Amino acid sequence: MKRFTLSVITLVVALLVITACAQNQATPTTAPTEQTGAVTEQPAPTPVPTKQEQPAAEGSLLEVVKQRGKLICGANANLPGFGYLDQEGNYAGFDIDFCRALAAAIFDDPDAVEFRPLTAKERFTAVQTGEVDVLIRNTTWTLTRDASVGMDFGVVTFYDGQGIMVRKEDNITTLEDLQGAAICVTTGTTTELNLADQMRARGIEYTPVVFETADNTFGAYEEGRCDAVTTDKSGLVSRKSLLQDPEAHVILDATLSKEPLGPAVLQGDPIWHDVVMWTVFATIQAEEFGITSENVDDFLNSEDPGIRRFLGLEGELGENLGLTNDFAYRVIKNVGNYGEIYDRNLGPGTPFELPRGLNDLWTRGGLLYSPPFR
Amino acid sequence: MATVPVTEHTRPPFWRDERVLTVVAQVVFLVVVVLVFTYLYNNVQAGLRARGLTGGYGFLQQRAGFDIGESLIPYTADDSYGRAFVVGILNTLKVSLVGVLSATLLGLLSGIARLSPNWLLRTLVSAYIEIIRNTPLLVQLFFWYMAVMLKFPRVRQAVELPGPIYLSNRGIAIPWLRPEAGFPVWIGFVVAGIVIGLIVAKWRTNYEERTGQSGYPIVAALVTWVMFAIVGWFIAPGTPATVAKPELNGLNFQGGTRMTPEFAALFMGLVVYTGAFIAEIVRGGILAVSKGQREAAKALGLNDVQMMRYIILPQAMRIIIPPLTSQYLNLTKNSSLAVFIGYPDLFFVAGTVLNQTGKSLEVISLVMASYLSFSLLTSLFMNWYNQRVKLVER
Repeated sequence: MKRFTLSVITLVVALLVITACAQNQATPTTAPTEQTGAVTEQPAPTPVPTKQEQPAAEGSLLEVVKQRGKLICGANANLPGFGYLDQEGNYAGFDIDFCRALAAAIFDDPDAVEFRPLTAKERFTAVQTGEVDVLIRNTTWTLTRDASVGMDFGVVTFYDGQGIMVRKEDNITTLEDLQGAAICVTTGTTTELNLADQMRARGIEYTPVVFETADNTFGAYEEGRCDAVTTDKSGLVSRKSLLQDPEAHVILDATLSKEPLGPAVLQGDPIWHDVVMWTVFATIQAEEFGITSENVDDFLNSEDPGIRRFLGLEGELGENLGLTNDFAYRVIKNVGNYGEIYDRNLGPGTPFELPRGLNDLWTRGGLLYSPPFR
Repeated sequence: MATVPVTEHTRPPFWRDERVLTVVAQVVFLVVVVLVFTYLYNNVQAGLRARGLTGGYGFLQQRAGFDIGESLIPYTADDSYGRAFVVGILNTLKVSLVGVLSATLLGLLSGIARLSPNWLLRTLVSAYIEIIRNTPLLVQLFFWYMAVMLKFPRVRQAVELPGPIYLSNRGIAIPWLRPEAGFPVWIGFVVAGIVIGLIVAKWRTNYEERTGQSGYPIVAALVTWVMFAIVGWFIAPGTPATVAKPELNGLNFQGGTRMTPEFAALFMGLVVYTGAFIAEIVRGGILAVSKGQREAAKALGLNDVQMMRYIILPQAMRIIIPPLTSQYLNLTKNSSLAVFIGYPDLFFVAGTVLNQTGKSLEVISLVMASYLSFSLLTSLFMNWYNQRVKLVER
């Protein structure tokens, strides 16, 4: 009987506690929000910028990054020319340089960056969870990613298109020749979807052989598992240089899709988004002005009000962004203008020798066009 | 306190009463658990809201838009994410089921062979078990894929074996039946043959147990089945099926059926790896059967095979089944390593869906629920089997 009484008491107490908890749950979730707010105030590695918050600089990732003293940049570690480890074990490449440019804009120090190597599959989760501040990893800007995946794009650093690489000995020249082929592709990419669309549109039967990392994809292609391999054309050029016999492979002329590559940040933080966008625009505008890392100091004496505004000698453009007025100067001085970044990583003198093509200034027939700095 | 007369039967104050304390401990534990889960749940909700992400499983109806290399059911990029998921689940089940059966066979034979009096056999099997058991599975999978499957010649120089069976780095192409008009009728006969074969086997086993005479249950069952298949072949209208031979057409083999290198590598890797563990379990089980049983079997004049079949294995089974269940579960879960060698299993497809939709929470929960169901079903079946074989105590 005692036992029974005890059990009843236990049950009642337990029920009371659970109800209490349930009530906690029912009250509008002010408690957790306050907690996250408290975390944001500290220089925490996982900032939580909320959409509802006022667009004041205090709530922005920009403040968190400044307090931390370095930028955390999601990058590729396996794509020569864009993001890779050089012979000294340092990150280098076109995308990497934009990470450095961002660090230069904020800290005047292009080395105040910590790189996180990410696979195509991991990259958006890393941004969503705040593990990285910005994702500059040959990422294609699409509507789905901009809207439902929770990213914010806005500026394109590289206009690319999807291509297909095959073996010369197979005498494949058009997509139609790929009837019945096995095609290697990396998962988690727009490439995977474009391939399906294009092949269906043309009624070509094919077998996709899908891998997690680009290393596996190209490894299997080289072993002959696939007749063809597909990714962005810049990626193909870059990867081709790594194959045992680059001359035995050829990239088809056909372009399967538009692939505008650019930096992505977490949706709902306009201040941080602006900083990223205008850092990229600064490199483009600098090339348009003819300002390079070599001659930028000469321009400090310039009389041109446009250039004076750009370099922060006049006006408060930088401070409006939440940076210093000379942020563009810092970017150019430390990393260089767009053309310098391009030539250093992809242009003549590199193994890729990619022509500028679409990635040239609008004044020279390309698509690079910076909004005015005023 | 001082007023209470101290007698033998006075209960200690409640904070020292063991019965009360145990209950309090349980209540505290329950409260902690509830609080932790409430916090985690709220955290997830707050996190999702903060990022402007919406939950829900509605996305499963949307068009998937990506192709999958191999599938047991018809699937195109126009099908939904949900169907892609099902393709992944079936691919996982396929490799797990075939893998579990083969690994059991390999493990059983290796386990017995490791106890063999034949020195060469024993040593070879020991080497196999020790090497495989002590290297990581992922490394082995890469070995099977990169160093074995992809090292076959390219399609146009495929190795031709009689059959014809073609070995190339596109996989193994073998002749396969192409169903014709009478196929359903014939399949009906084949299935009926299996059912009746099983009945025959049961009947012959009963006869064997009743009379002590050999009833040849397996042979009788096989003969019955083959008879049904042959009779059905002629009764069915027209020819039930023709043999389609693989032929090189353009860039790939057409006709027949093919095992992709991804599946083959995953299958080999899982079977060889799990087989080594099962071998050790089988060896342990056999050694645990007391020596007296063996001697008694010898004294009765049973030969080695009979001794194994009738005396040792039935008793060893009781020891083998529980750890064997764990190995089956391991094999199923290890199949998720397929992602590294490009076999589109559940985890692989889910990863793609996750990436295309950004619904990490929902996709991960579905994947966890699926693997959990596989494991629970396997456990359920194995526990039922364990009940059946376990020693009936009177």
